[in-house]
Amino acid sequence: MNATAESYVTEDGRTIGAPVLEMKNITLKFGGVTAISDISFDIREGEIRAIIGPNGAGKSSMLNVINGFYHPQEGEIWFHGEKRAPMKPYQIAQQGIARTFQNIALFKGMSTLDNIMTGRFTHMKTNMFWQAVWKGPAEREENENRDIVEHVIDFLEIQAIRKTPVGRLPYGLQKRVELGRALAAQPKLLLLDEPMAGMNVEEKEDMSRFILDVNDEFGTTIALIEHDMGVVMDISDRVVVMDYGKKIGDGTPDEVRNNQDVIDAYLGVAHD
Amino acid sequence: MSANFFYTIEVIANGLMTGVMYSLVALGFVLIFKASGVFNYAQGVMALFAAMTLVGLQNGQIPFAHLINTIFGTHLDKFGWEVPTFLAIILALGVMIGFAFLVERYILKHLVNQDPIILFMATIGLAYFMEGFGDLMWGSDIKKLDVGLPQGGNVWLENATEGWANGFYGFYIDNLDMWATVIAVALVASLIAFSNYTKTGRALRAVADDNQAALSVGISLRKIWVIVWSLAGFVALVAGIMWGAKSGVQFSLSLIALKALPVLMLGGFTSIPGAIVGGMIIGVGEKLFEFAIGPYIGGATENWFAYVLALIFLVFRPQGLFGEKIIERV
Repeated sequence: MNATAESYVTEDGRTIGAPVLEMKNITLKFGGVTAISDISFDIREGEIRAIIGPNGAGKSSMLNVINGFYHPQEGEIWFHGEKRAPMKPYQIAQQGIARTFQNIALFKGMSTLDNIMTGRFTHMKTNMFWQAVWKGPAEREENENRDIVEHVIDFLEIQAIRKTPVGRLPYGLQKRVELGRALAAQPKLLLLDEPMAGMNVEEKEDMSRFILDVNDEFGTTIALIEHDMGVVMDISDRVVVMDYGKKIGDGTPDEVRNNQDVIDAYLGVAHD
Repeated sequence: MSANFFYTIEVIANGLMTGVMYSLVALGFVLIFKASGVFNYAQGVMALFAAMTLVGLQNGQIPFAHLINTIFGTHLDKFGWEVPTFLAIILALGVMIGFAFLVERYILKHLVNQDPIILFMATIGLAYFMEGFGDLMWGSDIKKLDVGLPQGGNVWLENATEGWANGFYGFYIDNLDMWATVIAVALVASLIAFSNYTKTGRALRAVADDNQAALSVGISLRKIWVIVWSLAGFVALVAGIMWGAKSGVQFSLSLIALKALPVLMLGGFTSIPGAIVGGMIIGVGEKLFEFAIGPYIGGATENWFAYVLALIFLVFRPQGLFGEKIIERV
């Protein structure tokens, strides 16, 4: 396919495969404001890829472009080696891209279990008629998917809050339930929008552990946004750094850490 | 026990049954409001249209006969067959589902992300369009709807309870009301079960809760809107059948929507149980008020009692009994 397609093995023995998602020369504008300008990068199969940058750098916009909430004016998005036509967010979800939100977008009136069950939506195929009849295919499908959801619940250690309406849960647990909903979709690509924002140290450690475990156990490809550099550098394989809508660095955490542009951006050196 | 005691019970029972009928109409509003934030002014007309379609199908009426006759000078009226009630109900349901598709395709799709007031205006337009369209399709005469449900007072109950007290002539309960109650309760129970235990039901609740999140898990809003409007069409059909069988299929049927308004204010626009309980409170309240206080103030209190009750509620609990609390962020 292309020159960067070969796979490699990381230091800790995980295999990183061909690119799952390739962003090519993406430009996104809102009226006169350019949120993202001419950015290209790829996300490879099995890796944890971070997008970092100061506030307002365009990180969330980038995630919204990947998941279809925004449509870039210029550039191409390639998913699994095929150019992606402009699509609605729900179609992109059906293709296997799941996400979480910075400000937590859970179904607040529904229980933890029901919330995570909605993650299975794209995998459930019985039609309205059988659902209305309930007995037969619909019930069988419900039970099969329920098993997967219970597995996710065990994995995230949230058995105790299965029946609790998520609106009543503390912030850290809500974040975890939201991760569970995305995981339940068994996505080909998992997008996490500031998974550790607003968390205390302990919660951050838990979340880091879950992210690493998800990647390790299920081989899930993960792209995450953070502005807390510390955590990101510890858990990601490669890092894209954005500032004012431009890409100013891309590489392994060590490479990025020593990149002068990145240091300037984070220390707040004046832009020309 | 005195006769008055039993009469009070009779009034309460009748109030409860009337209340269930109000709930049935209110339910249609709640379904659509929850899923799409639209206050569907056309809900009452939908009930009228559904009932007209049902009668038309039953009698084998030729749709648009009047229009065709005027244009081509023909004398069409009926196909000459009668469709069995059950089949006619299925067909009428099919028409309501088709209607839901059209509403989504030609109205909602173009008004996504508009202010609620704009969508509300659109449903007002829709209401008047449907009213005229229904008349054009099936004629504007008053029609009799007979779906085979027993009508009139229940003689057995009346005889069995006669003489329980001095001067008490037995409970008068209308058979149709009883059936309507049973059907409405079954309908509500199955709607609740559907929304709790199926994938689509979960998707409906998800969309009601958070649009963006629903999209991100792969739920198509447009599909959900079609489903919700179909469900509301189904509820409208059931309401149309019950009210139509009671008082004939005619324009005033669409005004039952006005009775649903106080029910919604009481129960909250977003709560299915709220619609049920609200309907019952209004039903019982207005009947009891008429029974106890009506005679002293000249009667006919049923016309306004519900609205006054709703107003009082608006002052003290604007989100309704079961509605989600309205929190305004500053």
